[in-house]
Amino acid sequence: MKIDIRNARVIDPASGRDDNADVFIAEGRVVALGAAPDGFRPDRTIDATGLVACPGLVDLAVRLREPGLEYRATLESEMQAAVTGGVTSLACPPDTDPPLDEPGLVEMLKRRAESLRQARVYPLGALTLGLKGQKIAEMGELAEAGCVGFFQADAPLTDLNVLLQAMRYAATFGHVVWLRPQDAYLSHGGVAHEGEVSTRLGLPGIASVAETVALHAILELAEFTGARVHVARLSTARGVALVAAAKARGLALTCDVGMHHLHLCDRDVGDFNANMRLVPPLRDQRDRDALRGALADGTIDAVCSDHAPVDDDAKQVPFGEAEPGATGLELFLPLVLKWGAEMKLPLAATLAAATSRPSAVLGIDAGTLGPGRAADLCLFDPQRHWVVTPAVLASQGRNSPFLGLEVTGRVAATIVDGRVVYSA
Amino acid sequence: MGPSLQIDSQGRLVHLLTTEGLPAEMIRHILDTASQFVSVNEREVKKVPLLRGKSIFNVFFENSTRTRTTFEIAAKRLSADVINLNIGSSSTTKGETLLDTVWNLQAMDADMFVVRHAEAGAPHLIARHVKPGVHVVNAGDGRHAHPTQGLLDMYTIRHYKRDFTRLVVAIVGDVLHSRVARSQIHALTTLGVPEVRVIGPKTLLPADVERLGVRVFHDMAAGLRDCDVIITLRLQNERMSGPLLPSAGEFHKAYGLTPEKLSRAKPDAIVMHPGPLNRGVEIDSVVADGRHSVIMPQVTYGIAVRMAVMAILAGNA
Repeated sequence: MKIDIRNARVIDPASGRDDNADVFIAEGRVVALGAAPDGFRPDRTIDATGLVACPGLVDLAVRLREPGLEYRATLESEMQAAVTGGVTSLACPPDTDPPLDEPGLVEMLKRRAESLRQARVYPLGALTLGLKGQKIAEMGELAEAGCVGFFQADAPLTDLNVLLQAMRYAATFGHVVWLRPQDAYLSHGGVAHEGEVSTRLGLPGIASVAETVALHAILELAEFTGARVHVARLSTARGVALVAAAKARGLALTCDVGMHHLHLCDRDVGDFNANMRLVPPLRDQRDRDALRGALADGTIDAVCSDHAPVDDDAKQVPFGEAEPGATGLELFLPLVLKWGAEMKLPLAATLAAATSRPSAVLGIDAGTLGPGRAADLCLFDPQRHWVVTPAVLASQGRNSPFLGLEVTGRVAATIVDGRVVYSA
Repeated sequence: MGPSLQIDSQGRLVHLLTTEGLPAEMIRHILDTASQFVSVNEREVKKVPLLRGKSIFNVFFENSTRTRTTFEIAAKRLSADVINLNIGSSSTTKGETLLDTVWNLQAMDADMFVVRHAEAGAPHLIARHVKPGVHVVNAGDGRHAHPTQGLLDMYTIRHYKRDFTRLVVAIVGDVLHSRVARSQIHALTTLGVPEVRVIGPKTLLPADVERLGVRVFHDMAAGLRDCDVIITLRLQNERMSGPLLPSAGEFHKAYGLTPEKLSRAKPDAIVMHPGPLNRGVEIDSVVADGRHSVIMPQVTYGIAVRMAVMAILAGNA
């Protein structure tokens, strides 16, 4: 299949390219930008006038809910949601049922995902068996099966000796350890950021120190063991400062932030809006502003959708009983664009946070758009306004803090491996 | 927060969920209405026909005999039919969701739900999903709110002190876990009390509580100085020793209301407690039973205030 994408505004964040050009695709690769290669005869021509053509988005946190949690979402529905949102590569955390702690499960997931021929799936293996925080998982076997890192997800890891040894073991083989910094005891029973809002609403709080205490331990152990660590879902201003200081010391460290935390804060919980029940909790305005700035200045390496489809039954309950999480894939592009616009960033710099930068975190060959690279592209209309309603979402998770609100930027087509996998 | 859900566009009370955001004139209307019912309650026949034919469901997802009983008495004195359901031990343990339970009861033609739930915000959720014309009264949700208790406390304070705008009010003890304290704080600040104090150890005061418009004291003697009203809060048994407090005895020493500590307050100070009392923990018996105590009148006025809330919600007052 040969495709000629005509008149697109081509943005390649990795190289800083931003100009109008044609994109020529053949056999799964971008073969030229600008002038057509000699004798290029497209099987398909896409008129992209008014559209941006950029590398397909790379999302570091997408829960596909398989295996085991198919009542919340299925691989089919969520892979469709991914390409509808312009996401062409995604990492999925191991918090499935059972968790991704043995190679057979990972192989099956990869095979199932590949058979759908949509986005590329990069599983994160469980750091510990069953995510129980006691025995380390077979990282070598899991890596061979396709895991790109090892994550404890939201499960507690209270025994720091296990964490120390997991890092040592991972460092031996160069595996990346993913950790979400939250002390299990300091966050126990909490459902909202501890502060004025949790006090008003009478919701059990999770203090910022639950993040920073855990982060201190992670950073110390990372420095001590030399393990490569990825810090997932930073949520506090103090956490940002700790990461910045650790990076300045030269620690091999990357980190990400969930997109909701760039736009929302604890006040948005309002009158117990269960769609605002997220993990980590939405923190205060200063935290949010620090996260926004840190993503712009590179302290935070990448933004992710933190996609977590949750069914209505799990949200139509009191706030504290609600299942945390929100659907994210189809809002990823508009919410990243909103952040970039509000930060007054050039479009290329904005898109870097969701393409080349997360790709570098994963260490995969994706997130850039140039001759010879895989033809994973997102074509989108940067001016298109749309209202987020359950009916327009492909994901089986219809709950979002942004329900009913208008967002800007809509995917027109998604191309993976040179094939059009989604077209609006 | 709350006013749009509990007050309609014409300013009418449609649900009572929290005292936060409840306009001062609405609070005064409730208290004025309650004072009429106080006289009803003093009559030989303590019944008025205001809610005849109405069905009020007391839906308690968390057990409380006292509060449920006061709501039941209030509804019966308004001639309503009262149905008590202790769901704590039935449906939800069988897997039925909160909203399924409410929809089922609504299908039995409920006019009003009086709801107690262990989770903050449960009454808000119910209020958002009931049919128009069905009213929800929050009888206590988690640590969030207990508005009828807050209002009966306002009634009591007004009865003894008349003018809210000259008062110093101290709330003592476990503010962190107290829905009563939160409802009192919002009502007191709305009614113009110039100084609301909270007194307790740092482990029992919620984060940023001063943002609710209160002054924070950790030293009880200093906190009680020149107080007109002292509200002691119940300390739950399970919190008397553990990470929050070393022992009930040490709590009593620092924050129990003794005659000696009471002497720091104004000579005509009143002492309140939402009940049930832990004598010798948050309050000494001599104080609870002494001349400053208005704890029993609080209970009496509680009936009238709950009658007023139900009558106003039903559009009959």
